Amino acid sequence: MKLSEIIKKLDLVVLNAANEDEDIKSAYASDLLSDVMGNAEAEELWITMQTHKNVAAIASLKDIPAVVLINNGKPDVDMLEHANLENVAVLVTNLACYEFCAKLYNLINCEL
Amino acid sequence: MNFVLNCIILLIVNYKADLHIHTVLSPCGDLSMSPSEIIKKAVEKNIDIIGITDHNSSLNAEVTHNIGKKNGVYVMLGVEVNTREEVHSICFMPDMTSLNDFQDFLDSKQTFFPNSPDKFGDQFIVDENENIIGEIEHLLINSLDLSINELADRVAQMNGIFIPAHVDRPRYSISSQLGIVPDNLNFNVMELSPFAQNNDFLEKFPWFKNYNYITNSDAHFITDIGKSYNCLQLEHLCFDEIKTALKFAILNFPKL
Repeated sequence: MKLSEIIKKLDLVVLNAANEDEDIKSAYASDLLSDVMGNAEAEELWITMQTHKNVAAIASLKDIPAVVLINNGKPDVDMLEHANLENVAVLVTNLACYEFCAKLYNLINCEL
Repeated sequence: MNFVLNCIILLIVNYKADLHIHTVLSPCGDLSMSPSEIIKKAVEKNIDIIGITDHNSSLNAEVTHNIGKKNGVYVMLGVEVNTREEVHSICFMPDMTSLNDFQDFLDSKQTFFPNSPDKFGDQFIVDENENIIGEIEHLLINSLDLSINELADRVAQMNGIFIPAHVDRPRYSISSQLGIVPDNLNFNVMELSPFAQNNDFLEKFPWFKNYNYITNSDAHFITDIGKSYNCLQLEHLCFDEIKTALKFAILNFPKL
């Protein structure tokens, strides 16, 4: 499913627009950046509550097109700057991690 | 000429330093970790410089400093801060006035979640004679509403010392929480835990290789004091010289 469609259907707020035509097949939820470095796959959506600028750096390193901040997360100012430089979309949901993951899972897997 | 050289060499003295020690103020700190017992142990183990670093609070630092002064142990006034990313860093202030100001700053970033002593442990403030004179009611191990970069900048502004703690550990460390060292992070040195000598950290995270390190015990129990320590070469035993010497520390890990 295209990132733009996920944004629309799950009411995500776009703080940094990028990669909206990217086809998203899966996602990885984790707040430990070392874990994301080791276990997330390229082209996955990354769901987290970390708001540090290293999120943008790790996303770029792993070819992750977009990051979703749960619980209405507010990114640190320099995280948004880095995301912009690294071409990583920064999206925000007011849902908690469990609910967002469930909705996203249903959305992606119903389409398949 | 030789005489002059000898004099110069003699002026430099080696000091043993363990800069990461918890007291009974930390919920996870053992009840045996009173300031007077900590100093007694430091004297017994010939540790010249210790750092008092309770979680998010420095309220047992001054009393330990005073007992240390009477017993020939130099006590660094510090705190181990848990930032928003759940990364721990140890911070030291040059004097009590700065430490009080720094504590006010930290308190303004605390989230007030009540402590349950039976689940997390007691958070006691004590005096020189081991009397309990106070107790912190909110849980000190929580993260503050503050980023690690903001904290590091604040410590630098206050002429303090900022040390990302136990970077080799799989929890509450820069490596676990942030993967890589944030650029522009204003730190003096980084800390390795006593486990670093056999956990292959620098092989697994080779991008951490080009930094200066110290190693500390992170003691929560009295017998852990001095388990890991550093040799610092100083001309005068004072805060500013320690700050400079940290970059050239000789690390001593526990014997395997």
